[in-house]
Amino acid sequence: MAAVLEALLREEVTAEVAVRWLVCGAQGAEDAPEEAAALAPLEPLRKEFVPFLLNFLREQSTCALPQGPPTPAKAPRASAERPGGPSTARGSGRGVRSQLFPAPAEPPAASLGEPPLARRGGGGRRRGPVRERGGRGAGGSEEGEIGDSPPWGGGWRPRGSNSPSPSPAEPLNLSNLEEFPPVGSVPPGPAGRMKPSRRINPTRVSAERSLSKPKTCFTSPPISQAPNSQPPVLDNSPWGLDLPVGCSSLQEERAMLRKERFKLLHHSPTPASSALESGLPAPSRTGSLTPEPADPGKVSCQPRLELVAIVYSSCIAENLVPSLFLELFFVLQLLTVRRMIHVEKDDLEPSLGGPLKRPLFQNIHDCVFFAVLVLEHQFQVLSRLDKGTLKLLAENERLLCFSPTLQGRLRKAYERSTAKVSLLLSPPAQAVSFQPETDNRANFSSDRAFHTFKKQRDVFYEVLREWEDRHEEPGWDFEKGLGNRIRSMMSQLSTASSHSHFVRLFQKQLLQMCQSPSGAGGMALGEAPDPDVLSMLGADKLGRLRRLQERLVAPQSGSGPCPPPTFPGWQGFFRDFILSASSFQFNQHLMDSLSLKIRELNDLPLPQHEPSDEDVDRQDERRQFASVLLSLRLLAKFLGFVVFLPYQSPEPPPTRELQDSALALRNQVPPVLDVLTLLQQGLQNHQAVLTVPWLVEFLSFVDHVAPLLDYYHSVFSLLLQLYRSLILSEESERRMCFLNKLLLLAVLGWLFQIPTVPEDLFFLAEGRPDALEGATVSLVQGLDTMPVVDQQLLYTCCPFIGELRKLLASWVSGSSGRSGGFVRKITPTSTTALGPQAPKTSQGLQAELAQAFFHNQPPSLRRTVEFVAERIGSNCVKHIKATFVADLVRQAESRLQEQLGEQQEEGGAPAQLLEALCDQICPEGTQALAQGREFCRKKGPEAVRVLLPEETSPAVLRSAEDIAVGLAMEKACAWLSANITALIRREVKAAVSRTLRAQGPDVAAQGERRGCSRACEHHAPLPSHLISEIKDVLALAVGPRDPEEGVAPEHLETLLQQLRETLQCRQFLCLISEQQLAKCSVELASFLVADQVPTLGPPGPQRLERGEARGLLQTLLSLWHEDFQVPVPLQLLLSPRNVGLLADTRPREWDLLLFLLRGLVDRGLMGRVEIETCLKSLHQAPWPEDFSEELATLSCLFLAEPQVPGPRLRACELMRPPRGTVLAQS
Amino acid sequence: MVPPISIPRPVAFRAASAPGVISLPSDSRSPPPPSRAKHDIDQGPVRGDSSVPRGCATYQAEPEEAETEVPQKHIKRTHAKHHTAEAIETYYQRYLSGVVKDGTAPVLLELANEVDYAPSLMARIILERFLQEQEESPPSKSVINSMLRDPSQIPDGVLANQVYQCIVNDCCYGPLVGCIKHAIGHEHEVLLRDLLLERNLSFLDEDQLRAKGYDKTPDFILEVPVALEGHIIHWIESKASFGDECSHQAYLHDQFWSYWNRFGPGLVIYWYGFIEELDCNRERGILLKDCFPTDLVTLGQSIVQP
Repeated sequence: MAAVLEALLREEVTAEVAVRWLVCGAQGAEDAPEEAAALAPLEPLRKEFVPFLLNFLREQSTCALPQGPPTPAKAPRASAERPGGPSTARGSGRGVRSQLFPAPAEPPAASLGEPPLARRGGGGRRRGPVRERGGRGAGGSEEGEIGDSPPWGGGWRPRGSNSPSPSPAEPLNLSNLEEFPPVGSVPPGPAGRMKPSRRINPTRVSAERSLSKPKTCFTSPPISQAPNSQPPVLDNSPWGLDLPVGCSSLQEERAMLRKERFKLLHHSPTPASSALESGLPAPSRTGSLTPEPADPGKVSCQPRLELVAIVYSSCIAENLVPSLFLELFFVLQLLTVRRMIHVEKDDLEPSLGGPLKRPLFQNIHDCVFFAVLVLEHQFQVLSRLDKGTLKLLAENERLLCFSPTLQGRLRKAYERSTAKVSLLLSPPAQAVSFQPETDNRANFSSDRAFHTFKKQRDVFYEVLREWEDRHEEPGWDFEKGLGNRIRSMMSQLSTASSHSHFVRLFQKQLLQMCQSPSGAGGMALGEAPDPDVLSMLGADKLGRLRRLQERLVAPQSGSGPCPPPTFPGWQGFFRDFILSASSFQFNQHLMDSLSLKIRELNDLPLPQHEPSDEDVDRQDERRQFASVLLSLRLLAKFLGFVVFLPYQSPEPPPTRELQDSALALRNQVPPVLDVLTLLQQGLQNHQAVLTVPWLVEFLSFVDHVAPLLDYYHSVFSLLLQLYRSLILSEESERRMCFLNKLLLLAVLGWLFQIPTVPEDLFFLAEGRPDALEGATVSLVQGLDTMPVVDQQLLYTCCPFIGELRKLLASWVSGSSGRSGGFVRKITPTSTTALGPQAPKTSQGLQAELAQAFFHNQPPSLRRTVEFVAERIGSNCVKHIKATFVADLVRQAESRLQEQLGEQQEEGGAPAQLLEALCDQICPEGTQALAQGREFCRKKGPEAVRVLLPEETSPAVLRSAEDIAVGLAMEKACAWLSANITALIRREVKAAVSRTLRAQGPDVAAQGERRGCSRACEHHAPLPSHLISEIKDVLALAVGPRDPEEGVAPEHLETLLQQLRETLQCRQFLCLISEQQLAKCSVELASFLVADQVPTLGPPGPQRLERGEARGLLQTLLSLWHEDFQVPVPLQLLLSPRNVGLLADTRPREWDLLLFLLRGLVDRGLMGRVEIETCLKSLHQAPWPEDFSEELATLSCLFLAEPQVPGPRLRACELMRPPRGTVLAQS
Repeated sequence: MVPPISIPRPVAFRAASAPGVISLPSDSRSPPPPSRAKHDIDQGPVRGDSSVPRGCATYQAEPEEAETEVPQKHIKRTHAKHHTAEAIETYYQRYLSGVVKDGTAPVLLELANEVDYAPSLMARIILERFLQEQEESPPSKSVINSMLRDPSQIPDGVLANQVYQCIVNDCCYGPLVGCIKHAIGHEHEVLLRDLLLERNLSFLDEDQLRAKGYDKTPDFILEVPVALEGHIIHWIESKASFGDECSHQAYLHDQFWSYWNRFGPGLVIYWYGFIEELDCNRERGILLKDCFPTDLVTLGQSIVQP
């Protein structure tokens, strides 16, 4: 493969042709036949060129970048060089790639005593050994995996073929992992071992520059280097001739650079740090390492570097490299190289081998020169980075020094840029609010299921809270801490078959916590039916701020430019929850639910771009898009996690046979979510910018076998085709917006670094088919062409782009001990409610007309109309429920009351009664439709009028109103006609069962009970106080008591007076209190009748005067009669126990009882018959003989009395039979 | 007449604040009872300085029936001890021999006091044992409860009297005390409702929420949330008791967190105060107060003036 590069370096082939050859194969180079001819024999190796080039560059930069052992044992096996030597494509490809991302087999001597700068990105996602991805970029991250597993991005584990690569690359022995230290360990690496040093003063560089000869700067290497590095061929040939046209301006730029530098020289303050210049080699690793100054004048072999840079840049531009941002990162590493490990002289011998034998980067100047060249080509991308990165770039003194033009452009770009990526507060932990529509009893199969779910909901949050409190404690383990609780919860849910409910909760909570920054998550997704105040204002900013602070104080592990998929923050909880639950049912429901939601969101018609009021709508549009996209990505990530979970293993199948059998098996299984179709649709509808990012999240969890499955293989191929087709420089009206493309490139590039994604997929697949191009013909303006992606979203989706900034920042600060970064966490700025989806109409011509009507109107009109229709339709149903159905229910209730009486006599079952009732009432439901239409006709136009701009013409307004009303009616009537009967039935049943359950006279009374007169100031004693007071009196009466204990008669009177006040006020009275008061008053009456209440008179405890007792009883009678609104258990007065109180009294007092019974009858509190029954049943109790007799006498006496209430009352009063009378009569 | 007896008064557990007193906000309202401002049920003014045992401990007033028995620590600790088969048998035999001697003597009450157990709980033990003997099968809980509420239903007259005596003399447990607790709880809810109405804060109360099918219902859910001391409040729960460690943990677990799980952050008012250290979940969304806050901030307004 190196043959190509060599041919390039020898000027046999121009860079331009080479790149065309790479992209298109032989036919691409037709216009340069000779060169094509030169390349023709290399055709079989075409696909291996890019990996070779990338490896070559990394290899070449090892002396600059790795902070590993100073000199890698670079034993060039020169003899092996066979330019263009045919080798099996597989073998060499693998060989090459294997050190493209070399495993860190080298003992980490370099990192001794240093903190591992890049710890495993975000904590492993699986339980197996964690693999680091993008090790080469992450710098130092390899340390974590030594002896652990092959490196992540390293991909290219030689499968099958270990044959030594015969290509010219061989001398570098790049495939020998032992010999080569990790390449990528640069950024944190150099930074890591440097103490914070002051910012380097650019003037110093300039000063130095002035010493060198500017004229020779680019034509010849610095003298000291010249003998070693300059190949004679290059010396002789004019360097610029073969450059593509675009590069010719370089000369001008350099001229400008010189001028610029000259100016600086004269204006700049005195160099402050010139002393540092000499202190080149750092004595020890821990010692301070000042970056070596880079000097454009000291570049050793410019033409060579330029050539390589051009080829390299072109590869990047043509999307031939697997990850754009990874390459940018690499280039920035080169730009910010601090020290170069000095290359041993032997290695620099030009005589040995071809041009490739000489190191490409011989000193820092070479590195920087090369980097700046590449950056110049990537200006377009750079200029779209966030403002912070642009600033750092624009202020980079090396850049200024090597290419003032680029610096100038960057500065301008910086000044123009509005792309501030902000660091927002993450949302507070908010619970998913209870939604009666989905969560109440009606949604569960049984009471038990309902209550189980109720409990599990609480358990879930309990677990969540515990996690929140403890997951950062050292030594706390999710599984140990919560595993059992989660599993018991799962088994509860399984028994109650409530998994679907729980999964809904789980998913909503996931979205709420992990997606939305504003805490309005539910709404943002358009799922909450009504604006949900509960979740609108839940922000507890302080707590958030604190947590954020903590996060900033504790440095996050720098995960490099290719972090593995992680579950940061709350997501970790959900991931661990799934793992700990290890419940098949749960996972299945979760997959179902996630798939559904993904489809739903993916199909959401995002509003079309409206040219009229750009800013507002664009902003809105972006916000909506970001919200949907982030939700989709989150859901897809979890779906991918769960779907591929059963197949995950740290290693690929060890043998081909195992792999094949796994493939054969799994090719049978249909995919959980048909992502291929969704992707194809997405591409067709120009929605790639929506579909691809979430698909990437989904696919980032593939296991080793999955990508080889036929199905997923097609998905990956399609993605790769897309990737190749997204040429950033091709911008046109119909094409995708730049940032949209950039987003896709970033996420796809990231995906291709996932270790489970096979490497050959990228490099061996045929590039750029035209399949995708065909679709662009369509007239539909898809999302792809709208500027829906901004930097904020880009950085949110691809936080690893922020690594560029970190890298530059660490260069500036010189201290990268804290693998510091300004961009630690990017949360999306925006979530807004999505306009609710409009119902789809299909009413023939009318519908077509309506469509046509909207066609020429601003899209907002349509949105408004659809919105109004949706809301009015929905409100209509609610209106019908609240008015029409409620009326029916009331009717049903009153009919039920009537029938209940009859039914009690007949003994019919309430259930039958209910059915009959429903059958009677349901037919009336048809009227609901008419009422519903009426409602829509009334409300629809009002709403439309309010929402449309005032200048809307009357005709348009009328049409809009009509359509809105029509749609609303359609929606409402469709629902009503389908559901009204069921609704009525349900409501009636609910109401009736409520009545039946709470049956009893008191309930009926409850309605009228509440409330006292307006004038009342509620100063009456509290019911609790009264119950307590009466209880004390009762306790005294029951005993035991001290001889001197008693109650003053006046106290009893006061008590009853208070009771009356309380019963009249009613403010604080509740049913239970009143019932208890009634009962207590009856007990009190019993004790009074039995003369058992000890009174506290002046001489001591005595019995109540009979007159006093009567007075009290009289009061009680009137209380029962007038004030109590609950039934008073008066029959208790004649219960054996209370009458038995009389038995203990000597002499027995019957007159008070008689008095009381008469009072009861007179006031209609008890019927004579009732009393008679009670008295009769009293006879059955075992009494002392004499007592039975007296009781019988009393009965006779009472029953013998005349039944006319009026006169008898008086008679009773008059009679006042002395105690003796009763006894005499017995 | 029952001869006076004197049994040593059991240790009483008194709460820091007096339950049963509604301290209405200092503004317009005055303490309702005209005669006495204080009506602890274990120290009714009626009884003065009686030396007769009442077996009293303080109780915590609770609105919901389900919560009425937040058991006192002491009773809780010794609960198991009194429910062993041997203990029950001993008590029952002592009861039997006691009533055979004199059915009118406070046998059961004395027994309860002697073994330092709540009289009404002792009554329940004996009643259960009695019914078991009668019906040869353990009686259902609802039957027992119903008999305790209305001892007239107890088939044995002597036992009925004994049970009744226990109940009216118990100031911590039993249906009567439960009812008082409920009443106090309800009274405070009414008070809170009035305060909310007075401040024009619209709300849904428990009954409305239940009708809608909510599975867990705080006393009030605010239709429009308010802020208190920088914290958002969606719901308010009234607790007519003193918030101590034990009961607060139980409430958190059974109620407050459940409310948070469904409705977001909210406010708990412990009308009889609480241990200050318990108010540690503010950040998490559960605020504690001992009165109705006066400095509520409502949406679109500044401070609501009381």
